[in-house]
Amino acid sequence: MRASSILSVLAAAALLAACGKKPAPEQPAPEPPAPAHEEAPPPPPPANDDAERLKREAEARAKALRGELTDLIHFEFDKADIRSTDQGILDRKAGILAANSTVRLQIAGHCDERGSDEYNLALGNRRAAAAKRYLTGKGVDEGRLDVVSYGKERPLDPGHSEDAWARNRRDEFEITAGGENLTAPK
Amino acid sequence: MRLLHYIVLAAASTSFARGLAAQDTTHVEGGVRVGITYNPGDRPGLVVIPGTGIDSVRAIVKRDLDFSDRFKMVEIGDPRSNGISDAPGGPLNYALYKALGAEFAVELLTDGSKVTARLHDIVRSTLANEQLVGLPPPTDANFRLAVHVLSDEIARWATGVPGIAATRFLFVQNGRIWLMDSDGFLVRALTPDGQTSLSPAWSPDGRRMAFTRLVQGRGGVFLYTLGTGETSQLPGTETGLNITPMFAPDGNHLAYAHSDEKGTDIYVATLGQRNAQRLTAGRFADNLSPTYSPDGRRIAFISTRAGPPQLYAMAADGTDQELLAPFDFGVTGPSYAPEWSPDGASVVFHREVSGVPQIFVLTVAGQKLRQLTSQGRNEDATWAPDGRHLCFVSDRSGARQLWVIDAETGRVRQLATPGWARLPAWSRLLAGAAVVAPKP
Repeated sequence: MRASSILSVLAAAALLAACGKKPAPEQPAPEPPAPAHEEAPPPPPPANDDAERLKREAEARAKALRGELTDLIHFEFDKADIRSTDQGILDRKAGILAANSTVRLQIAGHCDERGSDEYNLALGNRRAAAAKRYLTGKGVDEGRLDVVSYGKERPLDPGHSEDAWARNRRDEFEITAGGENLTAPK
Repeated sequence: MRLLHYIVLAAASTSFARGLAAQDTTHVEGGVRVGITYNPGDRPGLVVIPGTGIDSVRAIVKRDLDFSDRFKMVEIGDPRSNGISDAPGGPLNYALYKALGAEFAVELLTDGSKVTARLHDIVRSTLANEQLVGLPPPTDANFRLAVHVLSDEIARWATGVPGIAATRFLFVQNGRIWLMDSDGFLVRALTPDGQTSLSPAWSPDGRRMAFTRLVQGRGGVFLYTLGTGETSQLPGTETGLNITPMFAPDGNHLAYAHSDEKGTDIYVATLGQRNAQRLTAGRFADNLSPTYSPDGRRIAFISTRAGPPQLYAMAADGTDQELLAPFDFGVTGPSYAPEWSPDGASVVFHREVSGVPQIFVLTVAGQKLRQLTSQGRNEDATWAPDGRHLCFVSDRSGARQLWVIDAETGRVRQLATPGWARLPAWSRLLAGAAVVAPKP
């Protein structure tokens, strides 16, 4: 059980690393295991009792859920439409938000370096608003979702290639409340 | 402005009055010599006569007149080697200057704290105009601007149109807004380090600027008073993202773009009042970068209503919205950052050509489009008050720098700004004759 969850985390990390090399996977994404955003945890010390083991497992599950909530989505050039390949990512967020009513998310829209500074602030806003609209369409209360935009001020990838641009056209999701104890959706 | 106190229009001396009486067709009216008309295709030669003392004044005036691009500057070097032996303030050897290609000669004579500026009409072999100017000492913060005002006056005597020296730029570098004289001198930061400010815009009287300050992905519009540094937030811009502020020509209204979950729309606020009026109905499109026509009746702006960002216009109350710069869907590159020209005849903006932004000028009547730049990336153009010079951002030298182009002659010059300057805003004339010549 523990071994398999670590394996899935490693597999997810490998998958993410592979995705990072490609601009944007156009083919339908394989149903990914729990996506992870943080490094796989170091092997835990031998458990002395069940309570500690259960606590660690709960922490690992919460961490995986936080990873899903903060999973990025990406956009086509000069577009703010949610790509069909990213809908699953947002659906999982909607499920976790439904199961954890105190969680609040801030959605931050980002752009690639093309286009003017000022226009990209508006475009980033449109990208963040598109994700919010998608989530509220899935029943999430709009008061739990904040929208901000950084335009092209904060690129993830400082490069000037198509790949770099594709990585930078994104929404980031930050848990601003209620992320400590997360319940998995039913 | 306070500077006006320094400018003393001296009563014409008796010899000056006699000189004018000797002329046939010209007369002086309000300090302007009528009778010389400016022909943009034909730049008259102008020489600034070397002299003793006030070298700094002479150097500033000479550069200002050069940067006005209305004259061919005639260099005469050391007067003695050219056989010029005129005593300072004495009669000029007009034939000699004529032979050197000068049609005008500017003489600057010092008299203690005052400077006498003379414009000689070499063609007519006569003194065309003369003014006694009280300048603050060179150590005074207003010294350079006072000299720029004098330069603009001399340009006006010669051409009928003032120069553009008594102007300043606002621009953004490293998240701060900076102020700089038209000739690249006196660069100083206005907003503090550690903040992210952008989109500075001048009030028409040059006393204030509006700008956006970004904080954690949101942004408010702020008003800043030059001189005191007093800063206040425009009411109604506390939430969401509020960008691209622009003053109306009356100085009493401020248009800006407000982003929320329905997209980005243009609003107009009356200063001192709380409720801004929405002018566009975005429906998940973006409308931003408003710029007023000089009569205050129309606003040009950028909209994504048809897909890619392009240039539109509307009445100042939001009615009568129309496409301003034609484009071919899927072919023409996106367009950004319009600014209406001071004479009202054109709108400058930048548009991507094969993915590279270039400066375009659109003639509003007839929608004629002219591409001004082609070397490197060129963005975010702003008009000088003369309606023929533009400052813009270019990376043609490697780093992103501010450049000035004369749209009539095509001459470009680089402003010595710190690296990676962006979003320049050119002021109106800050003192002296606030005249904008109508296009012929």
